[in-house]
Amino acid sequence: MVPITTLHYLVVAAALFVLGTIGVLTRRNVVIVLMSIELILNAVNLNLVAFSRMWGNLHGQVFSIFIVVDAAAEAAVGLGILIAFFRNKETINVDEIDLLKW
Amino acid sequence: MNPALANPAMNVGAAPVGTPYFFYGLAAAAVISGLLVITRRNAVHSALALIVTLLSVAGLYLMLYAPFVAGVQIIVYAGGIMVLFLFVIMLVSIDRTVKERQFNRIWPVGLLASCALLALFLSAFSKGKSWLPDRLTQLPEGSNTQQIATSLYGEMVRTVQSPKGQYVIGQYTFAFEIASLLLLVAILGAVIMTKKKI
Amino acid sequence: MLNAFMSYLHSTVTPGQAGNQLWALIYVLIIFGGVSLAVVAMNWLERKALAHFQIRLGPMRVGPHGLLQPIADALKLMLKEDIIPAEADKTVFWFAPMIGLLAAFTVYTVIPFGPSQAVSDMNIGILFMLGVSSLGVLGIVTAGWASNSHYPLIGALRSSAQMVSYEVAMGLAVVSAILMTSLNATGVGTLSMIGIVEAQQQQGVWFLFKFFPLGLIAFVIFAIAMVAETNRAPFDLAEAESELTAGFHTEYSGLRWSLFMLAEYAAMIAVSSIAVTLWLGGWMRPFPNLLSAPVWDFMFSLFPGLTFAALAAFAFIGTVRMPSHSFFRIQRIGLAGFALVLAFIALVLFAIAVAGRTSDTSVAGRFREGIDYVYWFVLKVAVFMYLFIWYRATWPRYRFDQLMKIGWKVMLPISLGVLILTAAVGVLVK
Repeated sequence: MVPITTLHYLVVAAALFVLGTIGVLTRRNVVIVLMSIELILNAVNLNLVAFSRMWGNLHGQVFSIFIVVDAAAEAAVGLGILIAFFRNKETINVDEIDLLKW
Repeated sequence: MNPALANPAMNVGAAPVGTPYFFYGLAAAAVISGLLVITRRNAVHSALALIVTLLSVAGLYLMLYAPFVAGVQIIVYAGGIMVLFLFVIMLVSIDRTVKERQFNRIWPVGLLASCALLALFLSAFSKGKSWLPDRLTQLPEGSNTQQIATSLYGEMVRTVQSPKGQYVIGQYTFAFEIASLLLLVAILGAVIMTKKKI
Repeated sequence: MLNAFMSYLHSTVTPGQAGNQLWALIYVLIIFGGVSLAVVAMNWLERKALAHFQIRLGPMRVGPHGLLQPIADALKLMLKEDIIPAEADKTVFWFAPMIGLLAAFTVYTVIPFGPSQAVSDMNIGILFMLGVSSLGVLGIVTAGWASNSHYPLIGALRSSAQMVSYEVAMGLAVVSAILMTSLNATGVGTLSMIGIVEAQQQQGVWFLFKFFPLGLIAFVIFAIAMVAETNRAPFDLAEAESELTAGFHTEYSGLRWSLFMLAEYAAMIAVSSIAVTLWLGGWMRPFPNLLSAPVWDFMFSLFPGLTFAALAAFAFIGTVRMPSHSFFRIQRIGLAGFALVLAFIALVLFAIAVAGRTSDTSVAGRFREGIDYVYWFVLKVAVFMYLFIWYRATWPRYRFDQLMKIGWKVMLPISLGVLILTAAVGVLVK
């Protein structure tokens, strides 16, 4: 078989990225949109770690640890906003959350 | 021509046993559960599919000689963030959401844009294929956790001038401290957002 | 295959490091069998010990002194009707016990029963264990949600909130123990489980007693957090009968419930193994550096045989004291047979200890060493198991807000303080 190279990992990361983008652009449920954003971040992480392996140094891996930290912070704050909004308007559909003040 | 192979100290060796099977299996698991994440009607099913994706990606990290990143992924992402997601889904899930429309009205536009993105990626890969190495060098088995820790925290270097050790700052220590500040801000933000009365 | 079999007996690394798939498979099978046997024994011990704490006798009828009670329980659970609630989500309902079981059992891959007796020695061992045991929370959350009923949902949310809170204190206590592994000549610590025990051996002190009382406080924090992590008393509000009618596993019946019970006991054994490895010296016998003459080695290697001989003596005394009525004849014969089996095992262990006393490299010597390592490890874990039962019998339950208050306001600051003090003392001592 063809030996597994960096390109294989990049293709997988691209597939996950595109799936995440489809999720963000087409779904109505806010929680699923946030989960698709997590998919995108994972794709980026995979890309970084694959390149870190290719070059043989650690910069990609350290960067990906920071991205995981960032994703955690963003998920927490995003879900907090969602809960605060849900208390006001009782909906979790993106196209019904379209007014700044009512 | 291949920049990674330009270094003569890295010599090409045989890959570990069964690598293609593990790779294709984990990659298939990741992509299929990624597909399940964006297509399920029920948010809890999406969350469980996302957990499978995260664990497969952790397995891919292990194959890429990144055990520490794999451990961080499992603890933080699969064990922390997904629990948070499941909590919030249970708090905000109302029965009528399962019977409503799942995709928004302009979903063809979104799909088209994502296909354009995919075409962009594929063209980038086919054009840049010659720049990537066609086989990966065999890294020594062992953990790079100590090196990651050193680059994040710094180390005490013992030299002749300072036999008790002198603190040398790591390459990413500053970013590490900023990341901890970021987490503090996120904690405060999340707590204040969800308070009933500020 | 015979080559692979024999080559492990002479190796000093785990089968995972050596790429020895046969022995890795043998270890996995032994772990499955051993954990199942341990869960059965724990079930019996829990009922008998709780009963004796409460001045009653516990199960006495099914086998002699209730020894066959767990088997009867398992049979009953397997034959019960499998009820799935009407509006429950069938896929997730089916998956939830699997997730908990997978998380509980995958941890056993890195538990070190000896310096080369583990399935594989990952160099991120402790990180792997903490991560995979935090996947158990997902099993509970999905179980509570899939039951589509109030009590399980509230029980699941409470239980997972409690587990997540105490994971933080657990992680910090673990970090302060890992910190102590780096206080050697090169200043390089290790995350691998076998490396942690070897660091304790090299530094000549269990991490429990190192930098007294810092190691002890870290251990106590971990011990409390691990009880909260496994939802055992006094932190079992989420599954207590008087509070939430069995919490997240209310709607599970028969075999599915037994899977949850299996996952809970397996998780208890797993976190006890973490505590034993990190603070109590893992597989090391008492005083390996202080009393290291061969005669002391031989005397300590008699302990496995002595333990089984003591158990056989207890069983024999139970046989003798049983009433000599015809109703008790079968029980008496059963108990006598059990005593004979235990005595036979004791004899085998004595024979191995005597045969392998001279050299460490012969096959008998390797067996003796392996049995000794496994014995001391299992003994320390068994002490923890008994402590779990003792806590359940003795202490009343915490209210949920008291529980969360302790987790965040007491354990987290103390574990942070211990970590900082350990680091400071470690730097100053050098």
